[in-house]
Amino acid sequence: MELIRSHVMVCGGTGCTSSNSLQIIAKMEALLKEKGLDNEVKVVRTGCFGLCAAGPIMIIYPEAAFYSHVQVEDVEEIVNEHLIKGRVVQRLLYKEDHAEAQHVALNEVGFYKKQIRVALRNCGVIDPENINEYIAFDGYQALAKVLTEYTPEDVVDILKRSGLRGRGGAGFPTGLKWDLARKPVADQKYVCCNADEGDPGAFMDRSVLEGDPHAVLEAMAIAGYTIGANQGYIYVRAEYPIAVHRLGVAIRQAKEMGLLGENILGTGFTFNIDLRLGAGAFVCGEETALMTSIEGKRGEPHPRPPFPAVKGLFGKPTLLNNVETYANIPQIINKGPEWFASMGTEKSKGTKVFALGGKITNTGLVEIPMGTTLREIIYDIGGGIPGGKAFKAAQTGGPSGGCIPAANLDTPIDYDNLIAIGSMMGSGGLIVMDEDNCMVDIARFFLDFTVDESCGKCPPCRIGTRRMLEILNRICDGRGREGDIELLETLGENIKKSALCGLGQTAPNPVLSTIHHFRDEYEAHIREKRCPAGVCTKLTKFVINQDVCKKCGLCSRTCPVGAITGDRKAGIPFTIDSAKCIKCGACQEACKFGAISRK
Amino acid sequence: MAECCQNEKFAELQQVIDQLKDSQGSLMQVMQKAQDIFGYLPIEVQNFIADGMGVPVTEVYGVATFYSQFSLEPKGEHTLSICLGTACYVKGAQAVLDRIKSELGITEGKTTADGRFTLLATRCLGCCGLAPVLTIGEEVYGRVVPDDVPGILAKY
Repeated sequence: MELIRSHVMVCGGTGCTSSNSLQIIAKMEALLKEKGLDNEVKVVRTGCFGLCAAGPIMIIYPEAAFYSHVQVEDVEEIVNEHLIKGRVVQRLLYKEDHAEAQHVALNEVGFYKKQIRVALRNCGVIDPENINEYIAFDGYQALAKVLTEYTPEDVVDILKRSGLRGRGGAGFPTGLKWDLARKPVADQKYVCCNADEGDPGAFMDRSVLEGDPHAVLEAMAIAGYTIGANQGYIYVRAEYPIAVHRLGVAIRQAKEMGLLGENILGTGFTFNIDLRLGAGAFVCGEETALMTSIEGKRGEPHPRPPFPAVKGLFGKPTLLNNVETYANIPQIINKGPEWFASMGTEKSKGTKVFALGGKITNTGLVEIPMGTTLREIIYDIGGGIPGGKAFKAAQTGGPSGGCIPAANLDTPIDYDNLIAIGSMMGSGGLIVMDEDNCMVDIARFFLDFTVDESCGKCPPCRIGTRRMLEILNRICDGRGREGDIELLETLGENIKKSALCGLGQTAPNPVLSTIHHFRDEYEAHIREKRCPAGVCTKLTKFVINQDVCKKCGLCSRTCPVGAITGDRKAGIPFTIDSAKCIKCGACQEACKFGAISRK
Repeated sequence: MAECCQNEKFAELQQVIDQLKDSQGSLMQVMQKAQDIFGYLPIEVQNFIADGMGVPVTEVYGVATFYSQFSLEPKGEHTLSICLGTACYVKGAQAVLDRIKSELGITEGKTTADGRFTLLATRCLGCCGLAPVLTIGEEVYGRVVPDDVPGILAKY
């Protein structure tokens, strides 16, 4: 057997692939071959390492040297210095903004220190297109254990004791869900996986599918055995081509190995999994709509009951879980429910993956124990807010969730606490906003999204959200009226009570929560016709501070519409004609003295 | 489009239909393949699918108009999609979109008169670490600012 002395792990997730990680791999492989090192150094294309902001990322073992922002041109130096001479390339090592010392190894980096990786444990560690690597990391051991040692009741009991709750948003206890799907007697049952990750800003499911697809397949097979189903469907977004490809490869390899298909591991248990691609409809992430879409129809939701556990896909009892939920299950079986329940808070056990985005230094994926505070996530792990700006709010739960203001930064994050402060866990997108973001504009953004994605079946959602959007539009355009805030609140409460499905019932949340925490911003828009953050263009005015202005005239030359006039020699001060100004902000960016501000 | 190619495309679609017709709930899969073959779903193709699958054309049309990825109109040579997910929006995707609209002279969902670009505003692409993001075909551009737009468009 060949002895591999070094492993070069290169991230092949969507983020890093977009910044040329595939070209880096190709160059690396070509160079290694040229230098005759290709049988002692192995290049592995892995799943996501999480720290997308620093991509493309490369980690070289055994040193665990953590290189960031690697360019194709850097590959030669890495090969010559690190792989041939054994000298770590210092200039490419990941640097933390606030830390003086450079870290060589991955586990010393602040971003990873506080993380516990359960759902993401294999992401960035194994080659997701090679089933042997998954098996080497205890893959399919849980399935074997379940098929040979446990009854379906045992599996349900283990899940109940683990305290695992659905990671898709609502947090329904997983063990109970499996029990409900196990009980009905039927000639056919189905196991479905919700990989229609539609919440903008959430990409943990994509990373699990890209980095560790077999974990999901294994858990679905365990689910099939538990509830008595022999067919599974994964409903995945067509927007995730890498995930779709790797799932296809994983299913094929698992079948070849006899870990899916007929008579799995010689136990007589049969289970198949097929992929179904979404076609761009957010509402299909709702469970009843998702199943309607798998049936090949318009993905409209329908009222519950009947619940899917009784009458789901093709009218048969169906179990539906989300990707991250499944990814936890093989390890709960292997390590035991007590291990899982030892992490987290009283009512929310285990870990949760969050996608950090927006105005935060370390954008990317983090997995932390439930109960970690928002402050730890944003400042200790996320590296704080770039540019020395002030934190304003964090948005969780996407278009169904709400904003968390600075006052709640120290709340331990779990399902129940988030609901108590007017937001929700959702799938785990966490978007950070700073002082430059207008909360009315953000509320409008989310409502614009839900109006567009409303399927139109029930009037509260179809008509109600549209009326709310119209009100928000007029507030942002400076035509807000006294009483608009109260009108939004009444409409919002009524839509929450009367809409048919989860999409409509939660659509008003971003508006209600921003009104709750940032009412003063709404009032400034309506009463003073002023946007405090300077985002709403119709309410924004650019002015030149004459005390700071050096009369260089750069702003005047930069202005695309000739709205800025003045003359240094003649002593005429530079001013902006607000009738001509299109509020593009080019002058503000051009000014070297910071003399132009938004009012 | 030449008659011969059209016939070949319909023959290819017929094969897809023959293959998938009997599996449960396969209408969307057939339509996705049809869109790959034809680039979009004109009414003739919808009729063909309806006949082949034994469903009313209203059902095919209903599905085609429900999902944003099905297109009833031909697309331009290059599809430019700008992500308007939250992370991109918070980081200024709207300003980038405005610049693209003024450079191309079209609004979202439309194709330029010369048929070169179709502009789409898409949902989160999941590359939030690179926000704001736009894609042209398979090519991804991250951390885009409005002034990058003319340079990017000039490459196509």
